[in-house]
Parts: sequence; C-alpha cells; structure tokens
Amino acid sequence: MALTLDDVKRIAELARIEIAPAEAGEVLTRMTGIFQLIEQMQAVDTQGVAPMSHAQDVILRLRDDAVTEVDQHALFQSLAPQLEANLYLVPKVIE
Amino acid sequence: MPPSVQSAVAYALMLNLTLKQLAAELASKRVSSVEVTEYFLNRVNGLGKTLNAFISVDAERSLVAARAADALRAKGAAGPLTGIPVAHKDIFCAKGWLTTCASKILSNFVAPYDAHAIELFNQAGAVIVGKTNMDEFAMGSSNETSYYGPVKNPWNVATVPGGSSGGSAAAVAARLAPAATGTDTGGSIRQPAALSGVCGLKPTYGVVSRYGMIAFASSLDQAGPLAKTGEDLALMMNVMAGFDARDSTSLERPPENYTRDLSKSVRGLRIGLPAEFFAAGMAPDVARAIDEAVAEFRKLGCETVEVSLPNMKLSVPVYYVLAPAEASSNLSRFDGVRYGYRAPEYGDLADMYKKTRAQGFGAEVKRRILIGSYVLSHGYYDAYYLQAQKLRRLIAQDFVEAFKKCDVIMGPTTPTTAFKLGEKAGDPVQMYLSDIYTIAVNLAGLPGMSIPAGFCNNNLPVGLQIIGNYFAEAQMLNVAHQYQQATGWHMRMPEGIA
Repeated sequence: MALTLDDVKRIAELARIEIAPAEAGEVLTRMTGIFQLIEQMQAVDTQGVAPMSHAQDVILRLRDDAVTEVDQHALFQSLAPQLEANLYLVPKVIE
Repeated sequence: MPPSVQSAVAYALMLNLTLKQLAAELASKRVSSVEVTEYFLNRVNGLGKTLNAFISVDAERSLVAARAADALRAKGAAGPLTGIPVAHKDIFCAKGWLTTCASKILSNFVAPYDAHAIELFNQAGAVIVGKTNMDEFAMGSSNETSYYGPVKNPWNVATVPGGSSGGSAAAVAARLAPAATGTDTGGSIRQPAALSGVCGLKPTYGVVSRYGMIAFASSLDQAGPLAKTGEDLALMMNVMAGFDARDSTSLERPPENYTRDLSKSVRGLRIGLPAEFFAAGMAPDVARAIDEAVAEFRKLGCETVEVSLPNMKLSVPVYYVLAPAEASSNLSRFDGVRYGYRAPEYGDLADMYKKTRAQGFGAEVKRRILIGSYVLSHGYYDAYYLQAQKLRRLIAQDFVEAFKKCDVIMGPTTPTTAFKLGEKAGDPVQMYLSDIYTIAVNLAGLPGMSIPAGFCNNNLPVGLQIIGNYFAEAQMLNVAHQYQQATGWHMRMPEGIA
C-alpha cells in the first residue's frame, strides 16, 4: 500500500486539520515512513486470534440513575473562547 | 538561605533526601513544610529554568498549601507525605493551575477541577511545587515536542531527558523536587526515568485513576510516580493508587500498602531474562550495565531463567496503530468551542475547527491524529486496527507464558543512554524505536519500572527495567529496594546541580 497526496488530503479532512499545500508533501513523506513500520504487522497470520481491546477483562460498571454532579456551568463556561447568554458562540451553521 | 532554618547542614542535606528521610525531618519538626517548599521552589526557579523542566510555577499557591500542611501537622493529623513538595506532570488537571499538556491548544486552560491523583495528593497534605514540562499530549520520547520547548537532561544538557514525562524525570534527577508524577502510555515514565537516572513505576493498568488526566490512548494510559528510590515510589503509590468511580476502567480492589514487602529477602526469586531484550540493537555498554545488575541479583540469591517474548518485535508497529487510533478519537474534543485555543480568523464552522487544530497542535500530534484517522477509516479498519488488536493479544499472551517460568522479568529500559537534543527529532520512526523495550508492557497492561543501574562510558545513566505480573507492584518495589540496599547508583546526582 502506498499513501498518496490525495490520501493525506482526505485524512486531513476527516481529522479536521488544515494542511497547507506546501506542507502536504512533508506530511506524506513522514506518514509513509511510519506506515512502512506498521506494515510489519501484515507478516503475521492472526486467523482465529480474538482482538484485544483492553488490558483487563472488566465489565463496564453501572451506577444508580441519580444526579451526582453539582451545577458548575458558570465556572466551566468561563473558559470558553466566545460566550453569550450562557451559550457557546460558533460561526453560523444554519442560514 | 531563610534564617528560620536552624541548621545550615540540615538545609544543604535536603538536596538528596529521600521522601522517607524528608518525612522524618518534617515529623521531627526540624524543618517546616514552608521551609522545604521554599527550598525546592528556589531550585525550580533557578536550575529548573535552565533545564526548562517546568511549565508552571506558582510559588504563592504552593506556599499556601505548605502552610496548610504545617497546620495539619501542628494538629497531629500529618500523614507520610504531608508537607512534601511533589512536581506534577502538566497532563494532570489541578484546580486553579494552568494545565496545558504542553500544547498550544491548551495554553490558556486553567483547570476547573482536580484529577483524582491530584485530589489524593492534596488530601495527603502534599504540596504541588509546579507542573512539569512534557512532550505535547505525551506524544514523544525526548520531550522535544513540547510547545514550551525541550527539557535538558541534568546529566548532560546537550542530551534529552527522555519523554514524555521528561520534565518530571529531570526534576527528580536535578533534585528540583523530591518526587514527581508521570504518565506512561508506551514508556513515558520508564524511558525518561532511565535516561535521567531516576526510578519510575508504571502500575498495572487500572490501578491509578485516569480521571482528570488528559487522555492520549485510553486503553494504555496509566499514571505513576518518579522518585529517587523504590521505597519512595512505594510511598507515592500509597497515595495515588485507588478505586475511582469516575474512571470507567478504574479497578475495584482493596487498598494496598505498597511498602509491605520492601524488606523481604529476594533469595530464590526467579528472574526471567527474555532473549529478545538482549538481542542486537542494545548499545554494548548498556548491555554491560544490565549484565552487572543481573549479576548483583544473583549475589542476592536470585535465580535467572531464560524466557521468550517472540511477538515483542511487533509491539512498536502495533502501538503505532492503536495509540494514534485512540488519540485521534480522544483529541477530537479540542475544537476551539468550549475551552482552549481558537484560531483568531476563520470562515465557517468547519474552517474554524480546521484552523484551530492546525494552529493549536504541533507536528507530531497532528501526525498521530492523521495516522489514527486513517487506520480507523472505511476500508482500512480490518487491515490495521483489527490486526493490531489481534497482535496485541499475542504480545500479552507471551507474557502470560513467560510468567509461568519466572516471578519478574528484567532487561534494559532503553537500547541506548540519553541521545543528543535534535538527534532524532526529524525522524519519527527512529524516535519510536527508542521505546522498543517498554511498549509491550503497556499493550499487555502489566506493571513495569525502571531503576538506575550504573553508567555508560559517556557518564550517562542506564536504566534496568523490571516487569512484574499483574498487580505485582509491591513485589517489584521489594526487588528494587533490595537492589538499592546493596548498590548506590540511585543516590548518585548529576555534577554541578547543588
């Protein structure tokens, strides 16, 4: 598998990271090197091996459906880049 | 020197005191927490600046905590770490402290709450002496990806301290703080501990809560302590380990006293030596130091057995699929909407996200997000992500087999001693391979530690890695402590730091 500049552009779009056209070549070179390392995985036959997603076989805990948090919206929203009437401001999404 | 310190000798000696000794000084009331805190703050603001080991220092806030600790002691309510300054990696949210994760995107983020580990240190009466520098979002092995610039290794300022917990390791090595916290996703406690000549422990996954610890790769991230001795690591673990319902992977286990086995004999202990750890790639003088450390354990009555970890060679490629995949998901929260940096100029919402993230993240973080997005994307998931998860199981099973023949596994923490600043910064793959001996432990979720085990020809420290079975931290600390009763490497200090 060989990564292309189009792949880099597509992934950057998925990841919501702007990549200037001048940077794209460098990104492609670095990622190609990393994928050469990653490709070593393909040499191993893993048929029948169960994927391991977690270090411990634990069952997700359930808790009582009760309010456990206190309202701290003023504190948390004080960190926002742009705020008005307790609402986070972003560019207009719907015309 | 503050005039309130009664003995100039005691003051000068504070430099190299262990946590246990410092606690005894405080308990005897020969020094106060305010005096100890001022002493280390002076070091942080002096040598600490030269080394660039800290991102945030807030002397007034630290001294408020020190006065509170002294008051607690006056009431007779002091615990083992009450009044002791501890440096925290800037990945831990600490209420009221700038908490940046060494990223521009969080460069204005004052944490509105405490991480569980921070809560526990506060409850224990420990004093936050500052937030340490690190690789951006813990992605790096040299501390060179930090938005705040690289940390210098106190043993040789032309070399790196390791990473990602490079500031914490350098702080302990340069005696800027008697102990520090770190996090370890692929070696980020053990590798800098080795390169900086200090002790570091990555506990079993799930032992320390991840709540309030800024996430990198959630199935691998684990917090742990860095300090001068195995005994000090045990004292730190007694504070920071424990169940926390706010971390869904925190393990519900009865509390442990990690100092309980320190003084046990290690006679008869079976040490597994994996052939794969001693293969080509390790520098010859690192190999010599590790051989000498193993010989010391034989003198202490331990047996050595050969074990095999045949899939370990795949741990680096597997890690560079799984960790970026998890990171690409975790770091999607940094969008410039609710907190953190937002690009000053943008068009529509998508443009705001893209510019904010392009400007807010450094090159290595962006690379990993892109890799993660790719391996999780349609058509590539099975070939990369699923294959990596299957290999993760094979790597973990290797350890299960190995621990049938031995009690602990030993080998080098890193293939070489500290490398030069800039030497690997331009080549991500070479940088990734410096974690070749540590990553498999995270994939398996096992506890691992690094302790100083001598020096190479270049006078840089070598780390011995000790890997234990699940929940064997107390036993590993026993092994480290017994070695440190017989050897003196751990109390060596870099020249010129006093």
